[in-house]
Amino acid sequence: MKKNILLTGIAAIVLLFGMNSCSNKEESNSTETTVSETSANNSSTGGGAASVKDDDSQPNVVKVASGSKDHTTLVAAVQAAELVDVLAQSGPYTVFAPTNAAFDLLPKGTVEGLLKPEKKADLQNILQFHVTTSMYSESMFRDGLKLGMANGGSVVISKKDGKLMVNDANIVGHVTASNGIIYVIDKVLLPTQ
Amino acid sequence: MKQTIKITSLFRRGILGSLLLVTIVAGCKRSGKNAAVIGDDAASKVYVAPGKYDDFYLFTSGGFSGQVGVYGLPSGRLFKVIPVFSQNAENGWGYSEETKPMFQTSHGFVPWGDTHHPQLSRTDGNYDGKWLFINENNTPRIARIDLKTFTTSEVIEIPNCGGNHSSPYCTENTEYLVAGGRFSVPIGDKKDVPIDSYKENFKALLSLVKVEPTNGKLDLAVQILLPPFDFDKTRGGKGVSKDWFFFTCYNSEKANTMLEVNASQNDKDFVLALNWRKAIEYLNAGKAKEMNTPYLHNKMDESTQTATSEILKSEKVLDPKDCPGMLYYMPCPKSPHGCDVSPTGEYIAASGKLAAMIPVYSFAKIEKAIEAKAFDGDVDGIPILKYDEVLAGVVQKPGLGPLHTEFDDKGYAYTSMFLSSEIVKWKLGTWEVVDRMPVYYSIGHLCVPGGDTKNPYGKYVIALDKITKDRYLPTGPEECQAAQLIDISGDKMKMLLDFPTIGEPHYAQACAADLLTKNNQKIYKLEDNKNPYAIKAETETKVVRKGNEVHVYMTCIRSHFAPDNIEGIKMGDVVYWHITNLEQDWDVPHGFSVKGNNNSELLIMPGETRTLKWVPDEVGVVPFYCTDFCSALHQEMQGYVRVSDKNSSVPLKWSLNEQK
Repeated sequence: MKKNILLTGIAAIVLLFGMNSCSNKEESNSTETTVSETSANNSSTGGGAASVKDDDSQPNVVKVASGSKDHTTLVAAVQAAELVDVLAQSGPYTVFAPTNAAFDLLPKGTVEGLLKPEKKADLQNILQFHVTTSMYSESMFRDGLKLGMANGGSVVISKKDGKLMVNDANIVGHVTASNGIIYVIDKVLLPTQ
Repeated sequence: MKQTIKITSLFRRGILGSLLLVTIVAGCKRSGKNAAVIGDDAASKVYVAPGKYDDFYLFTSGGFSGQVGVYGLPSGRLFKVIPVFSQNAENGWGYSEETKPMFQTSHGFVPWGDTHHPQLSRTDGNYDGKWLFINENNTPRIARIDLKTFTTSEVIEIPNCGGNHSSPYCTENTEYLVAGGRFSVPIGDKKDVPIDSYKENFKALLSLVKVEPTNGKLDLAVQILLPPFDFDKTRGGKGVSKDWFFFTCYNSEKANTMLEVNASQNDKDFVLALNWRKAIEYLNAGKAKEMNTPYLHNKMDESTQTATSEILKSEKVLDPKDCPGMLYYMPCPKSPHGCDVSPTGEYIAASGKLAAMIPVYSFAKIEKAIEAKAFDGDVDGIPILKYDEVLAGVVQKPGLGPLHTEFDDKGYAYTSMFLSSEIVKWKLGTWEVVDRMPVYYSIGHLCVPGGDTKNPYGKYVIALDKITKDRYLPTGPEECQAAQLIDISGDKMKMLLDFPTIGEPHYAQACAADLLTKNNQKIYKLEDNKNPYAIKAETETKVVRKGNEVHVYMTCIRSHFAPDNIEGIKMGDVVYWHITNLEQDWDVPHGFSVKGNNNSELLIMPGETRTLKWVPDEVGVVPFYCTDFCSALHQEMQGYVRVSDKNSSVPLKWSLNEQK
């Protein structure tokens, strides 16, 4: 397997979560006023797990994906589906991460449609079909291994002649993160109904 | 509570008459008393909203628990108990092979200690956030806690000492820590002596422990033999008095029995002033004699993450007779206890437990008296400075049983009163009492954040109470001990908060939170882990037999151990589990426990290696699992080890995810 082929900017921390933490701050303004006398110098922890300030640990799957220029569609979708904080939790996760090119293979308008607020449930369903709870290293994959995905569906790993696939998508690389592992794939996995 | 409910229901039924009135009045008495001292806005002043940080760290000694508690202020929330002198089965401190040496003493392995006085390291008289030192009273030792990781890094035993109570206060730049014994003991060759030969054969002892400025390493520099008075408390001077330590001494009667009576006969005991710079000069000039009492020095190596114990056998001991100008006694009324130095270093307040006043000494006057040789006799050649010549002023009738004093940033001092159970605020210079605050109950030490520095924060005083009686929901014959947070930002003290503490919160120190948060270490870097039993990848796992010793080189990561199936262990084997946590993620420790192990569990921090000893005691397949809820599949983080008969031929083998 070719390693590190796509996700080179691992350590880059993209400030994707600004919107999220900003809205939380606004919500807590009234509380801040109340305690300001005692807590003027209080640092604040922000919103969810994704906003934990930590430059020392290995980056988590969210940070890794956010640092990849080939996964901007996926990252935007994860944000729209409000799965950013979930993927920054302790997990551990195995994430199958379709590239921008993989999303481009979908019929025209599919991605735009899924990003609409009223389609959030559909988007979450698709994205959760790309995530399983457990950190599968490559050596744990064997031909025919079935993985139960976060949306309740399941996928099958095939391993033939050194070629790894998940359902009909090729696994073309992987990156280890602090709370899981990301496998880069060349097709979007579509949940069966 | 129960009673109130009952009465209320009776009231509803219109049954009660005057009895009810009496009960209500009695009930109101307590809430009335509280209402008078609790600030109306107390709740908002201690409320730290979810997700917000406290302004201060508070470090309390755990007293008889042997540990150190870490709290936030103003919330009073407990964040951590740092294991120091007591074994901690909860995380393996003192049970794992790497940490056992931290408990070695000249008496062998001592599993418990009595912590009294936390001391934050100081630079130029202010906290620098590097280390916290704490004394062990019973088997005299001092520990150093690293404030990057909040773990104990070093323990040094204090030889020739009885009861290391007057410790581990430090100098202005943490050049030295001090250790003074509360017991005088026979020292040297002649140790087996009648107890009633106290006056002839017993000695008091002070030690100076050098602190290496770059890494905090401790080194016993010099000891000083003194007349057999008992040392109680100390403070290092600062500013003008930075070259000095001041110690309270009780039992100038030299009693060896029933001290509560016999050590309370003299009208005055002493404060001892030690010029520590002179002591070091005398040491460097070769004035010290050598003694050879063995003592242990235990250090945790940051790189191997393993502690080592070193036996040392040589102490440099000074006799005051050879060291003029190094020591002076100052008379002090009635069994003095606390001994505290004002922010400028000019005033030293010493409180006699049995005195109806607090004498405050002036450092300028002490210097003058020394120069003018204003002596009032001597004790074994150590001059006694004339009381009136060194006294700056007296706080008259402050309360009953004055103990300890801390200072704020506005020229006020706060003294704890054990018997009258209150904090008394008085003014430096005028010595007048300006305010009182009852505390519940029996306060010992008190703490102003930064109260022993040149720049106290002056926002709060924390009462450290020995007894709580009815302050909390009762829990049987033993109630918790507690701290109380009091606002001192205004003219009048205002009670804000009660909170229970671990063990006995004997003394505490508090510093601004950001002094420590900026240096907080989140993980141990795997690449820097030089533990000889560390492995850095699952491909390196192995099980090695050396005679009847079996070494399991194991890793853990969410959510499995590697290996998780082990066979070939035999009865009679001694198994060492060397477990490396491969995580490089903040706050993701893993735990490890084996069924029936006559030992603790382990908690292994990210990037750390810890070793647990296990002696299998029966044939069978024994489960092991992760004890620290780490992930969604934490419950699945488990494995088996097969134990066979002594003569079995089951080969040693290990695996992870081996499929048939």
